[in-house]
Amino acid sequence: MKDRYDFTVSSRGFLDDQGHPLNDLPALASDTERVLSAYRNMVLSRTLDNKTIALQRTGHCGTYPSVLGHEVIGTAIGQCLDPTDVLVPYYRDQAAQILRGVSLTEMLLYWGGDERGSAFEHCAEDLPVAVPIATQCCHAVGVASAFRIRNQHRVVACSVGDGATSKGDFLESLNLAGAWQLPVVFIIQNNQWAISTPRRLQSGSETMAQKAIGAGLPAVIVDGNDYFAISDALTRAITRARAGKGASVIEALTYRLGDHTTADDSTRYRDAEELKAAWAREGVKRTQSYLHQAGLWSATREQRLQADCKSRVDSAVAAYLKTPPEPPTAMIDSLFATLPPALQAQREQLARTQEKSGGDL
Amino acid sequence: MTDVTLVEAVNLALAREMANDDTVVVMGEDVATNGGVFRATVGLKERFGYKRVLDTPLAEALIAGTAIGMATQGLRPVAEFQFMGFIYAGMEQIVSHAARMRNRTRGRLSCPLVYRAPFGGGIHAPEHHSESTEALFAHIPGLRVVVPSSPQRAYGLLLAAIRDPDPVLFLEPKRIYRALTQTVEDDGEALPLDTCFTLREGDDVTLITWGALVQETLQAARELTGQGVSAEVIDVATLNPLDRETLICSVTKTGRAVIVHEACRSGGVGAEIAATLAEQAFLDLQAPIVRVTGFDTVMPYYRNEQAYLPGVADIIHAVEQVIAL
Repeated sequence: MKDRYDFTVSSRGFLDDQGHPLNDLPALASDTERVLSAYRNMVLSRTLDNKTIALQRTGHCGTYPSVLGHEVIGTAIGQCLDPTDVLVPYYRDQAAQILRGVSLTEMLLYWGGDERGSAFEHCAEDLPVAVPIATQCCHAVGVASAFRIRNQHRVVACSVGDGATSKGDFLESLNLAGAWQLPVVFIIQNNQWAISTPRRLQSGSETMAQKAIGAGLPAVIVDGNDYFAISDALTRAITRARAGKGASVIEALTYRLGDHTTADDSTRYRDAEELKAAWAREGVKRTQSYLHQAGLWSATREQRLQADCKSRVDSAVAAYLKTPPEPPTAMIDSLFATLPPALQAQREQLARTQEKSGGDL
Repeated sequence: MTDVTLVEAVNLALAREMANDDTVVVMGEDVATNGGVFRATVGLKERFGYKRVLDTPLAEALIAGTAIGMATQGLRPVAEFQFMGFIYAGMEQIVSHAARMRNRTRGRLSCPLVYRAPFGGGIHAPEHHSESTEALFAHIPGLRVVVPSSPQRAYGLLLAAIRDPDPVLFLEPKRIYRALTQTVEDDGEALPLDTCFTLREGDDVTLITWGALVQETLQAARELTGQGVSAEVIDVATLNPLDRETLICSVTKTGRAVIVHEACRSGGVGAEIAATLAEQAFLDLQAPIVRVTGFDTVMPYYRNEQAYLPGVADIIHAVEQVIAL
């Protein structure tokens, strides 16, 4: 037996809080179009987010979890995956989902109480948003197992929040990913808060990334508001997974700049100073500062981008608002591939309700 | 054509469908090299390879959820829970995801998977190995719950379950895993799901049951012949969605219903059947519907399990009660 066992959690950063390069940027930084489209996606995601919250406040959308503070991580995930890979998202992955091909209207439909919002016209194999915490990790290793069984060189990216790292499904899935060397990358989007529970009460472990070590997986921790750091970590992990070398865990540190959801009031449990400090480090502004310093951005371009995002979001909202609800019978029609006779009577009952109301439900 | 036990019939069906369809994979604790603790999966790894017969870590939520991920990719996983008493850790995955995936994606993704679990008492097993909690699952929309009661039905219903495009919980009554043998033709012919099986026709009373108790119920029906009572016996087989029509037709004919199940009484599947009969066959009933079930208590350890389990005498007594009215 060995005298001791040593493990490491590695960390690598590229940008300081103001977007200045700390050292040599990774190769992907030379792809200026990639960096520019990343920034555009961050702004689009944030624009949609602001609008969705406004829709909820005015009674046009259901309870909604804001993506504020997660745009950089999501954008990097969306960019690093190949179209044939599979995203297994959690509910703050809007920025990734946009890049995967989920339409803004579909996202609005989902949070606006319509199942068709998860029927994704594009990215047919991506999983829908998982609401019960960490359950999607098991689906991710299942999808990755299917890739292995079929000898496909495809990769699964699975997101969770910091709270999810406390759950069995997360740990069980990491464990399987290690035992079976599955092509999956777990991204812990650690925004410091699980509703009102702060990071230090969620776990006594120094990092959340180190939970990977118990499963035999490599662990890295990065600043989730440093576009280059998260992109670099993801690229390495995805390349490794695609080469058949197994799974990885990335902890991306960020801060939940909004409430947990529109039903939450974070002033009840969170210090205003802490929030203010987090805004000073946030990633969308930081990416913009980097672009300015690199001579890739200007006030005019920013104006044009804001206008473009607003117009895209406005047309998605218009399409969402003018989409009539499904007929009530839809709640039964998608339950099984074919309607069992046992449900026929209840379907007829619903159809009668529909008729009586003149389809005006 | 051979005489096989119920557990051997499960094995035959798995092997048949794995040979037929290379998207079928078998997974669970100890299912590969060991062939399953009840030997239901014996020989499959040798025949179909480790990529399609997967020993999983000991984690039931993981087993349930991994099967879901595989199924969204078009595989047809057959995942084994070693005993139904350990299925609860996987229940969130079954209820919140497997049963809902088709509905919540409006058919974009689905879960063509089977969860197998041995269930029920009567084999002197340790604590947590003998319960019958099928009602917890029969309550869940989108999840089929299927219980075979003989080697032939185990074979035919398991084939149907694997081929079904939606999730099926396949509960195997382990008390009769090896208690009887039957000729099973390994011809790949499935039996219909969502359908009751009328095992014996009769005119005076309908005995409604499923799983291991089908044996006791048939025995009771045979003994009742001596008393001049002609009992119809129905094996419900699919507990959700329920084949109400067969049940209603039978009770309309006989005018009497006795429902027999091993699970405790309150909130059991028998209650759903009784309510259905009361709603739709009330005017044809000549006596109250009676249930013969386990007691509303924790399944006792095995010294007392026979006192808990309904037996032939209990069924006959219930029939005598309703016939006397």
